[in-house]
Amino acid sequence: MNRFLLIGVNHKTAPVEVRERLAIPESRLPEATKRLAGHPGIEEAMIVSTCNRVELVARAQNGTADLRSFIREYFQVEPCTVEQHLYEYRASDAVRHLFRVAASLDSMVVGEPQILGQVKEAYAVARGVGAVNSHLDALVTRAFAVAKRVRSETAIGTSAVSVASVAVELAQKIFGSLEGRTVYLIGAGKMSELAARHLLAHGAGAIFVANRTYDKALEMAERFHGQAVHFDKLYDIADKADIVITSTGAPHTIFRREHAEHFLARRKNRPMFFIDIAVPRDVDPAMNELDGIFVYDIDDLQQVASAHVSDRKKEAARAEDIINSEVERFAARLQTNNVVPTIVSLQEHLENIRQAEVERLRGRFGEITPEQEAAIEVLTRAIINKILHTPITTLKSAARDQGEGPLVDLVRRIFNLQDKAKAAGGGKD
Amino acid sequence: MPLFWLRVAVGFYGLGLLYALLALVRRHEIISRIIMPVIGVGFVLHFVSLTEHYVNLGHLTPDSIHTSESLLAFLIMVFFTVVYVRYRTTAPGIFVFPLVFLLTFSAAVGLKPPHFSSPMLRSGWIFVHIGLIFTGYAALFFSFAASLLYLLQEHTLKSKHPGGLMSRLPALEVIDQMGYRSLLLGFPFMTFGIVAGSVIAQSEFGAHYFLDPKIVLSLLMYAVYMLLVYTRWNSGWRGRKAAYLSTFAFLAAVLAWAANYVSGVHRFIAP
Repeated sequence: MNRFLLIGVNHKTAPVEVRERLAIPESRLPEATKRLAGHPGIEEAMIVSTCNRVELVARAQNGTADLRSFIREYFQVEPCTVEQHLYEYRASDAVRHLFRVAASLDSMVVGEPQILGQVKEAYAVARGVGAVNSHLDALVTRAFAVAKRVRSETAIGTSAVSVASVAVELAQKIFGSLEGRTVYLIGAGKMSELAARHLLAHGAGAIFVANRTYDKALEMAERFHGQAVHFDKLYDIADKADIVITSTGAPHTIFRREHAEHFLARRKNRPMFFIDIAVPRDVDPAMNELDGIFVYDIDDLQQVASAHVSDRKKEAARAEDIINSEVERFAARLQTNNVVPTIVSLQEHLENIRQAEVERLRGRFGEITPEQEAAIEVLTRAIINKILHTPITTLKSAARDQGEGPLVDLVRRIFNLQDKAKAAGGGKD
Repeated sequence: MPLFWLRVAVGFYGLGLLYALLALVRRHEIISRIIMPVIGVGFVLHFVSLTEHYVNLGHLTPDSIHTSESLLAFLIMVFFTVVYVRYRTTAPGIFVFPLVFLLTFSAAVGLKPPHFSSPMLRSGWIFVHIGLIFTGYAALFFSFAASLLYLLQEHTLKSKHPGGLMSRLPALEVIDQMGYRSLLLGFPFMTFGIVAGSVIAQSEFGAHYFLDPKIVLSLLMYAVYMLLVYTRWNSGWRGRKAAYLSTFAFLAAVLAWAANYVSGVHRFIAP
């Protein structure tokens, strides 16, 4: 437990400018995860990188490891630019944070379901490159279970206002009815596709799809019953769109002031709504200053969404209670896990003695009836179980209260147990 | 009696004024729930007052500046009601109610009004002129109110802190449509109203009436009105630019209205 570490930034601690610097594109995630797992002092690792957060989850080899140095080296950033935005947790705090993230309590839009999928993907990537072993595996799978429990036991997910529905709400405040409006989807991404789907569901008519890979654009256009656009003709049809959703991996903005001015002239100043889900951003925020152009980036959408969040404060509090109890349970389980090998070898040790004694007894008595044999079995087992009962419960509760400690060593020495436990369990957490 | 009904109506419109003042700050559940019934009662009483007045008068042309004020306020309220029925929003009330209150209040306080005593007013044509121009005024004011609402809504959307105000105002494109439609609707009224006025003036006074301040201001207002329609139709001007233009048009209209007091040909007070 004490060796779990977590460091990261999210939409609350860092503005989009900082998150842009630290975001790791999907294509580079396996390599980054591998490098983190290979960082000095680190045994297991996973990286969750979404447009709202970057979380490095790790298990240290012993004691602690310097995750900040990894951030400095990997992202080539000056410490002063990001340090102040980083949060760092260890032990049960790290566990709690990961649980909260997976359960969508730490999300921009609390209760939105996408984050769980994103954590699952990060986990799959980490497993793929062999960065996850038993301990992190136990933690992350527990996090999934906790997320499920929060979802089913609280109402937090049911009224979730996703970024997509915030986008729809804003579009309706600009255009009134979305009937017959045209959506332009540039780049791929879960959230942008979801936003497009929501807009279409609310009446938006035509949809254009552009992607750097034309085949992908074609494939997406087919899914949305829209029209694929070649990426080099990106700007040609943009003025036909009322709502533009961008989520490309482009390092620089693709829509700038001069583009917007051109669009407005061609559109006779009819308003345009840019929803910029990309990190780094695709739309120059200065465009928002133009009359009739409305630019909302991911942070702006959050602001609007947070207005809805207050309604769900109560549910969130219940969810926090669940998280807290789950953190405790997880900690307890980890600690009892450590004494399990000792208990098993203790049981094996006594069982061996019992079987040996029964054999000796059989040799001395000669023929015995099956009834008698059964009675002997029951009797001897019962004696062993009765004797073992108190030591086992004591061991378990001692592990829960103060970790492995001297008691386990004492038991091992008294019964002369072999060091099988150490070999199988891997030491304390 | 007409004056009594009008005064009661003013009382109801006063609540509209309160609504307008509070609407910008925050939502008041009670007021927003009762505003339409209250304004509706005021509107009906206003109608009763006008009808009674005209029945007493025996002809449709307003007989004093106060009757004109009451008539203009009434026409603006007709516009408001039509928009309410069509778009289900009381948002224009933010600007409409204060003006309506002001006009009816001035008409209702009952200070001795400058009475139109000119025999010219017996001519039926004058009524056509007044009716058309007033409808044009009401339309112009409505598009002015819409352009201010547009600015407000645009500002809340751009500020990215869309609070309560955003949800209380209609969608941007709806506001734009409201303004543009009333502009288009008012245009023929304004045009024919001015034509009718010119014809009457030509036949009564001859060509020299063109230099009268009222006429000059009216033509100025008409020019701005045309500009508004043209820029909106041709290059889709809206938002800030349109708001500047329609503010200008509105000011010109106010001046043209006020010019009655200095106009030679338009005073309708027998020498």
